[in-house]
Amino acid sequence: MIYEKYIRVLYLDLTTKKIRIEHRKDLYSYLGGVGVASKLLEENLKPELDPMDPQQPVIFAIGAASTIFPVVTKTVAMFWSPLTGELGESYAGGRMAMTLFLAGYDAIVITGSSSKPTYITISRNNVEFKDARAFWGLSCDEVGRVVREREPGGGKRSIIRIGPAGENLVSYACVCVDTYRHFGRLGLGAVLGSKKLKAISIVGDRDLPIKNFKDYFKVYQEIYNKVTDTSIMSKYHDAGTPVNIEPLNAAGGLPTKNLRQNVFEHGDKISGETFAHKNLVRKMACTGCPVGCIHIGQFRREFDKGHEYEAVSVSYDYELLFALGSFLGIKSSDEVLQLIEVVEKLGLDAMSTGVVLGWATEALAKNLITLEQTLVPLAFGNTQAYITAIEYIAYKKNEFYSILAQGAEKASEIYGGKEFAMTFGKNEMPGYHTGYGSVIGPTVGARHSHLCNGGYSIDQSMKEFDKEKLVEKLFKEEKERCMLNSLIICLFARKVYDRETILAALNSIDYNLTNEDLDAIGERIYKTKLRIKKMMGYDGKNVRFPKRLFETPSMSGQLDEKVAYELLDMYNKKVEEMMAKEDA
Amino acid sequence: MPKVLKAEGMNKCIGCFTCMLACAGVNHRNHSISKSAIKVRTSGGLQGKFVSVVCLACKDERACAEACPSGALEKRPGGGVILKKEKCIGCRKCESACIVGAVHFDEDENKPIICKHCGVCAKFCPHECLEMEETANDL
Repeated sequence: MIYEKYIRVLYLDLTTKKIRIEHRKDLYSYLGGVGVASKLLEENLKPELDPMDPQQPVIFAIGAASTIFPVVTKTVAMFWSPLTGELGESYAGGRMAMTLFLAGYDAIVITGSSSKPTYITISRNNVEFKDARAFWGLSCDEVGRVVREREPGGGKRSIIRIGPAGENLVSYACVCVDTYRHFGRLGLGAVLGSKKLKAISIVGDRDLPIKNFKDYFKVYQEIYNKVTDTSIMSKYHDAGTPVNIEPLNAAGGLPTKNLRQNVFEHGDKISGETFAHKNLVRKMACTGCPVGCIHIGQFRREFDKGHEYEAVSVSYDYELLFALGSFLGIKSSDEVLQLIEVVEKLGLDAMSTGVVLGWATEALAKNLITLEQTLVPLAFGNTQAYITAIEYIAYKKNEFYSILAQGAEKASEIYGGKEFAMTFGKNEMPGYHTGYGSVIGPTVGARHSHLCNGGYSIDQSMKEFDKEKLVEKLFKEEKERCMLNSLIICLFARKVYDRETILAALNSIDYNLTNEDLDAIGERIYKTKLRIKKMMGYDGKNVRFPKRLFETPSMSGQLDEKVAYELLDMYNKKVEEMMAKEDA
Repeated sequence: MPKVLKAEGMNKCIGCFTCMLACAGVNHRNHSISKSAIKVRTSGGLQGKFVSVVCLACKDERACAEACPSGALEKRPGGGVILKKEKCIGCRKCESACIVGAVHFDEDENKPIICKHCGVCAKFCPHECLEMEETANDL
């Protein structure tokens, strides 16, 4: 809790509908965000029970500097992932961090399961469990609208919710936050679905005096100027993250058609420039971020004969254009937006959905599965077939789609085609085939995301490939991001928030930290995550690389499987050394 | 010449709320956007447009000041009013008198939140939605 030496935790039990609040001084050394959430997950996890057991916890946490410094906008969610069977960790922006901050909670621990669909309202002086039976079955946008109209607090409110995919326990169902942001990855939507929790509405409006105004505002202004007056952040606002499609495609690092190709011949039709030119209608921001990277694209749909049209708007980003674009061979921006719309409404993770469909498309072509199972002729570029298939996944239309709803790893275990089921640690791949960093990074990353350690980025900045250097950089960055995610900054601003800036910011709001403290916090958090993974049965040696990674050349040329395993061993050794060491 | 705040570029708003954080911080030494004299909100959820609710700097006749029974709202040169806190009794008559809803009320302090057209929000607007405009002194 800002200006206090404790973390204020709200515990919610959905079974008993009881709440309690604890002031945890012992969590203070974990700073906030992912540090606090990891510790709370570790102590509330029930390793002897199933990941989707009602008793399993879901943790939400804001960071030590949430909302009150520019671009410090994220909330973290931690849980037991139904997709990978191990560490679930996901981040969302929007208004959520501000509302939790101004409702007066650093973290929320949700356990238990409601017998009937419910939604929760949270404010500084009340928490209520409410009837959501009529909401069950509603799409993400519809449930957002009805809660918005029912609950007070417009402008100071955040509404998080699940769609039909979460209700139906699809392993990669997402949670929608404030219409355009998401806890996308690793299936938090399914975990909330298993608890019959359809939505949470949070209102933040407490009185919170600034303690050292002069110090605080000086640092605030410096950061604000760095964000708005320099070029560090401009690409995120201009064409946004999709600007990466073009250079990655040109360099041969854009996974295309289930990574049968590293270059998309129609890349120009789904590039950031093309979207900006044809579809972009608006840009938006998370609370407290003067950048505004959220890009809203619009397409026109003819819903009936006689010139009957509607305009549909959805948010788009690089990873979505990869997963629901190049990876599926979709060759127009309008069609990509159509796929995004379906994924949004149903409440699925866009990345996993695209990559799962990439596997299914190739499996059908190779006759590992049949048209009787897929029901629609999945083929690269066939948008209509994909739209229907996405609906079938969300509703688990038949046995095949029920299995597909468990991810590409599971589907390939049952039907074959593991060599082209593009997953890292059972999590579907991100949009980078840049080199060994993009292979090892998400494999060793605590939550198997490209954002754990930015391996894809190391590939692009490292002048000459060096095994030692790559492993060292990944390891260092993983720890650094544990620290950054305890604040919780948006990782787009990682170049703004260098160590000096972080220390100035935190110490202006009453912390008293040194650079060494930040090192120790990062390592402490990483070790906590690794302990949780072990409890969940994860073994860093027991991982696989899909063969396809070594067949299709990467941006750095052809990759060698042997080298990948060598790098994996090197990384695992570093982890073992760290775990054997006493806490700093 | 006096200046007043004009929110004429709200079509460019990205909804970052920095204006509110800056106003609450500078004018009320508070982290809470509830303390801000300018309110940015969406009309009809996030798919709707961003709008700002802030003092329009009425000239000549100020309904809020007319409604104040204790003379706590004094005419500000160029438009709008200045709150004299020591004279305010917290009756909320100014709040209902403002027909654009720009007088917000601070429940903790039991005083209205009155925009003083200082320009901090405009300074921290990254998108030129808010600007300070010179205007004739109407007093």
